[in-house]
Amino acid sequence: MVAIPSRHKSLVLLAGIIVLQVLMLAVQIKRTSEGRLIRVWTVGAVSPFERAGTYGFGWVRTTWRHYFALQNTTKESEQIRRENDALKLQITQLQGKAAEADRLAALLNFRQSHGDVPMIGARVIGTGAGTASLTILLDRGERNGILKNMGVITPDGVVGKVVESYPHASQVLLLTDKESGVGAMLADSRIQSPVGGQGEPLLVMKYVPNDDTVDLGERVITSGMDRIFPRDLPVGTVAEIKPGNPFKLIRIKPAANLERLEEVLVLLSLRPLEMKDEKSAGEAQPPARGATAAKR
Amino acid sequence: MNGAFDIRGESHIEVHKFRAGAIIIATLLALAIQASFPIHFARFAVLDLPLLVTVYFGLSRRNPSTGLLLGTVIGLLQDSLSGPTVPLGLYGIAKTIIGYLASSIGARLDTEHPAARFALTGAFFVAHQGLLVLTRRILLAQPEPWFNTHLVIAALVNALVAVFLFLLLDRLRKN
Repeated sequence: MVAIPSRHKSLVLLAGIIVLQVLMLAVQIKRTSEGRLIRVWTVGAVSPFERAGTYGFGWVRTTWRHYFALQNTTKESEQIRRENDALKLQITQLQGKAAEADRLAALLNFRQSHGDVPMIGARVIGTGAGTASLTILLDRGERNGILKNMGVITPDGVVGKVVESYPHASQVLLLTDKESGVGAMLADSRIQSPVGGQGEPLLVMKYVPNDDTVDLGERVITSGMDRIFPRDLPVGTVAEIKPGNPFKLIRIKPAANLERLEEVLVLLSLRPLEMKDEKSAGEAQPPARGATAAKR
Repeated sequence: MNGAFDIRGESHIEVHKFRAGAIIIATLLALAIQASFPIHFARFAVLDLPLLVTVYFGLSRRNPSTGLLLGTVIGLLQDSLSGPTVPLGLYGIAKTIIGYLASSIGARLDTEHPAARFALTGAFFVAHQGLLVLTRRILLAQPEPWFNTHLVIAALVNALVAVFLFLLLDRLRKN
């Protein structure tokens, strides 16, 4: 047995651990399901902190806004200040509740207008822990019927798809991630082409020939060809067009505000879904209008 | 506090010990904050708190084996929290090497001065990004740009935050 000098032991350990991780990377590239257990453990261990952090942060913010931020008043008008503070506090609370109610009402309206489409609301409780991928963590998972590859939307448009489902949480790959993509088409010209992310705020539409006419501001909607998202959901609007070789370089501004997501809807089906159009959906709701106006 | 960048013999550098559970709690807190705060502040994503924690404990413990093992654990946990599109080992490899380098440098240089911490953290951030790009290009065949202006800004921001964060983490040391 060859003895390793003590000053080289850490180098040997470094080499050994790097080799192990490289092998682990190689195994994952061949078999994507590998490594799931450690993900389950880690997400299971950290998601309660994230959940607590989200709610705790909300509580601190609410407390700060509702109490501490209202301390800067004069002593002379103590009584008035108290009444005023109480009113302000109530207003702030009501405004916060109203804003939340608006968001939830939009989600509810959207759900009601598409009652035949199984979907569930979920709250965003975390994001990916690095810049290598653009993901969010939802507070609902397998126990709520959420499975891998289900589509995630807001009334404004497409958000992404579920890439991992845990018992009480699920991870969603945002449309802006480099690995992400959605079957899409231009609403006016009906030209179909996949839209994908680039790791930046804007998306890119990949295969539109230079000969085809595309207008700035034209809406982009789902084509249903990816069999994850139903047809006619808003994806975004054309923000930039440049000639390319052999295809145009088209950049899309996402319809959903992917940088400030608080609540989302998960489409609870792995089969292709059909969204109702405005007529069959009854009362036209503003969020749904964007999704259906481009019907042929 | 001693002057920065004084090259000394290993035996003259003080090895810092921490209160029980300090490293584990700091690590979990860094990961949880990294995974939670960008929801409320999108610009927070420019920070890499797990990297800063790896660098800090590497520089303080000054034991290459401990540093690289801590880097491995933090990196793999970060991989696990980054979703299935990030293979386990991407951050793991980068942080293993950074943990090793930090603890090796910590064993040779005085890294207590804020200027030294600023410079070292900035350099480690750039090296960490370089290792991520290298791993993506060579092992995962994913084309990634090497450097851009965003990297420079992110390195400066992380280095600045590190100066204050490290002062905070110094309080976890045993006297």
